[in-house]
Amino acid sequence: MSFMTTLSDPPSGSFRLSMLINDTRYRSYTFQFIALVIVIAIFGYLGSNLFANLRAAGLNISFDFLGESSNYDINQTLIEYSSRSTHWTAAVVGILNTLLVAFLACITATIIGVIAGILRLSPNWLVRKLMSIYVEAFRNVPVLIWIIIIFTIMTVVLPAPNAFRGDNATASMLFGAFAFTNRGVYLPAPVWGPGSLIVALVFVASVIGVFMYRRYAKKLLFDTGRLLPMGWPSLVILFVPTLLVFFLLGRPIGLDYPELKGFNFQGGIQILGSLIALWWALAIYTGAFIAENVRAGIQSVSKGQAEAAASLGMRPNRIMNLVVLPQALRVIIPPLISNYLNITKNSSLAIVVGYMDIAGTLGGITLNQTGRAIECVLLLMAFYLAISLTISGLMNVYNKAISLKER
Amino acid sequence: MSDTHQQSIGYVRDSMIPESEPPLGEAGAIKWMRANLFSSIANGFLTLAALTALYFLISGFLPWIVNGVWDAPSIRECREILDGKVGGCFAVLTERWNQLLFGFKYPSDIYWRPALAFLLLFVAIAPVLFSKVFPKQILIFTALYPFIAYFLIWGGSILIPIFALLGLIVGYLVYSRFVAQSFAAGFFGGIAAALAFWWITGFIAVDGVLAIEAVPSRDMGGFMLNMLLGTVCVSLSIPFGIALALGRQSDMPIIKWICILFIEFIRGVPLITLLFVASVVLAYFLPPGTNFDLILRVIIMITMFASAYIAEVIRGGLAALPNGQYEAGDSLGLDYAQKMRLIILPQALKISIPGIVNVSVGLFKDTTLVSVISMFDLVGMIRGPILASTEWNGVYWELLGFAALLFFVVCYGISQYSQWLERQLQTDHK
Repeated sequence: MSFMTTLSDPPSGSFRLSMLINDTRYRSYTFQFIALVIVIAIFGYLGSNLFANLRAAGLNISFDFLGESSNYDINQTLIEYSSRSTHWTAAVVGILNTLLVAFLACITATIIGVIAGILRLSPNWLVRKLMSIYVEAFRNVPVLIWIIIIFTIMTVVLPAPNAFRGDNATASMLFGAFAFTNRGVYLPAPVWGPGSLIVALVFVASVIGVFMYRRYAKKLLFDTGRLLPMGWPSLVILFVPTLLVFFLLGRPIGLDYPELKGFNFQGGIQILGSLIALWWALAIYTGAFIAENVRAGIQSVSKGQAEAAASLGMRPNRIMNLVVLPQALRVIIPPLISNYLNITKNSSLAIVVGYMDIAGTLGGITLNQTGRAIECVLLLMAFYLAISLTISGLMNVYNKAISLKER
Repeated sequence: MSDTHQQSIGYVRDSMIPESEPPLGEAGAIKWMRANLFSSIANGFLTLAALTALYFLISGFLPWIVNGVWDAPSIRECREILDGKVGGCFAVLTERWNQLLFGFKYPSDIYWRPALAFLLLFVAIAPVLFSKVFPKQILIFTALYPFIAYFLIWGGSILIPIFALLGLIVGYLVYSRFVAQSFAAGFFGGIAAALAFWWITGFIAVDGVLAIEAVPSRDMGGFMLNMLLGTVCVSLSIPFGIALALGRQSDMPIIKWICILFIEFIRGVPLITLLFVASVVLAYFLPPGTNFDLILRVIIMITMFASAYIAEVIRGGLAALPNGQYEAGDSLGLDYAQKMRLIILPQALKISIPGIVNVSVGLFKDTTLVSVISMFDLVGMIRGPILASTEWNGVYWELLGFAALLFFVVCYGISQYSQWLERQLQTDHK
C-alpha cells in the first residue's frame, strides 16, 4: 500500500528549471510565454516597419483630416451635408446610409426567407420545386454578381426620365404616382400638415393596442381556454382609430407626387437605383439562406409535437402558432441574427454600384483624397467591429433567455 | 361448440374475389396531381400561380437562348444578324472566352498550362473526395500536386518547386525522427529544419535553370484567378483553422485569448476591408523596399479570413463531442497531441465537414470581391476590359449570366458532394 502512494504522489523536491519542459504542470507556462513572445515580436516587427516606412515617406498617423472640409458631394444624405462639411460628417452620412440599406435588406430578406422556407415544406409539389430552385440558384451565385445584375436592370433596362415626356411617351407612371426611371424610383412623399402629429401618435397607440389585445387574448386562452378572435379585431384596432382621427382633423397628411419638370422628376421621394440594387440583391440572396434556416427550424420540431397537438383537437394554424413555431424559433433565431450580420457586412459591396455607404465615403473618396489609408481602414474596421460585437452580444443575451431550461 | 359455430357461419365466403383496378381518380397521374398539386382550393391557386410564373419565365428566356447568336465579331453585327428579334449575343462568349477564363494578360500560347493544372486538380482531389473508390497510391500525386500546379501556372525554373518540396521532405524526416520523444519537439524541429533548408537554397541562383516561360502573378486573371484564390486559400486555411480552434479550446489563458481576439476581430469585419488592407495598407507594415506581390497579399488576407470562420466551425465540432471522449483519451494515458490526433480531431472534423464545405463555398464566392481592389478576376474582367471595349459595350446579360452559371456549377457541385459525403460518413443507425 505504501508502495502505491509513493508512486502516485507528485515528485517532491524543489522546482528545477527542466520542469518547465518536462513537467506538465509547468509546461503550459513555457508554451504561453513562447506564444506571447512570438506575438509581441510580430507586432513589434510590423510596428517598426510601419514607423520606418512612415518616416521615409514623411507621413505620420493623425486623425486631424477628419476635421477638414471634405470637398465632395454625396448623392444620398440622411442628414445635413454639403461639400463644405467635414470628412467626419461624410463618414457619419456613410454610416447612416449603411444602416439604412442594412435595415431595409434585413426586413425584406426575413419576409422573403420566411415565405420561401414555409413554401419549401408545402404539400404542393410544383411550389416546393420552384422554391428549391430559388434557394439553390441564389445561394450558389456570388452576391456581387446579383448586385451587378440588379443594378444593370435599374440603370440599363429602365427608361430615362425623358421617355415619360410628351404625347408619344414610351413610358408612363404607375398609378400616376410611381415613376421607375434609370435615375432611380420616384414615389409620392408625405406632406406633414398641422395636426399630423396627432394622427401619427394615434397610429403608434393603435400598434401598441394591437399588441396588448393579442397579449390579453393569449393570457385568456392559457388561463381559461376561451378563444377570442385574433384576425379582424387586430385590423380594426390598427386602422379604425387612425382613419377616424385622420378624417376628423381634415386630412392633415397629404401626398406630394413626383412630376416631370425639365429633364428630371421633381418632388416626391427619389430612391437611388444603387440603393435599390444593393437592397434587393442583399435581400434576395440572404433570403435564400434564411429560407433554409426556417425550413431546418420547422423540421427540427419533432413530428410528435404536431401530432400531439392535433390529437388534443387543435386546428392546423393553431398548431403552427402555439406548438411548432415557438419551438422552431429557438433553432431559427441564432442563424437568422448571423444572417443579419452578414447583410450588414455585405452592404460594404455598395462601393461596386456607387452607393455612398461608409465604405464608399470613408473607405473610398476620403481615403483617396487624403491618402490616409491606415487611419481610414482602421476607422472602417472599428465601425464594422462595433456593429458586429453589439449584435452578437445581444444575440448571446437572447440565446440565454430562450434556451431550453433543463434540470 | 365448434360444430354449432361452423353451421352458423355458413354465409362466410370460401373463395377470394380477384383484385380489381383502383378507381381512376385514385391511381396514376390523376391521383398524383390531386395529392400534390390540387389537394385544396388554396393549393390549386398556388399551382396556377406557379404555372403562370413559370410560363412567363420560360417564354422570356427561351427565345433569348434559342435565337442566340454565337458567331459575330461585335455587338453591332450581332444585332444586325438578330434583325430585331429577341436573342442573346452569345458571340461575346465565343470571342472572349480566353479573357473570361484566363484574364487578358496571360500569354495565349500557354493556355494549356493552367488548363492542364485545372484537369490535374481533379486527379489530385479525387482520392481525397472519394477515398473508397480510388487507390491510396494517388495520394502521393495529391501531395505533389501543389508544386506541379505552381510550376505549370507560374512557370519559371523547375528548381523552385523542387526545393520547396525537398524542404518539406526534410522537415518531415526531422519530424518523424523526433515525434517519438514528444510531438512538440518533432513539430517545431520539423518546421525549423524546413525553414533552414529553404534559407540555404535561397542562396542558389535558379534563374533560367530548366525553366519554362515565367508568368508574373499580376498577369493572372479571369475565372482562373477565382479558382486559384479559392483552392489555395481554402486548403491553407484548414490547418490554420484547426490550430485556432484548438487554441480557443485550450486551458492556457494567454493562448486562448490570442485566438479569441484574432477570430472575433476577423469575423467582425467585412472581407472587403481586409482586401483594402491587402491593397493599400499592408505595404506599410512590410520592411522598406520589399515589393510584395498583390496576389500574395490577397492570399494572405483571404486565408486569415477563412481560417477564422473555419476555426469556429471546428470549434463547434469539438464542442459537440461528449466529454467522455476527452476523458477516455486521458485515461488511456495519451498526451495532448496524441489525444487530439488519434481520438478527438478525427471525430470533430467528421462532424464539421458540412460546415467546412459551407465556408469553402462562401469563400469561393467571395473571391469575386477582389474585383473591387482592381484585380481582374471573372467579374473584374466583365466589368472592366470586356464591357468597356467598343465591340462589346452593352452585352450585359450574356456575360453576367455566364459568370453566374460558372459559379453556380462549381458551388452547387460542391454542396451536393458534401451532402453525399455526410450520408457516407453516417456511422450511427438512423
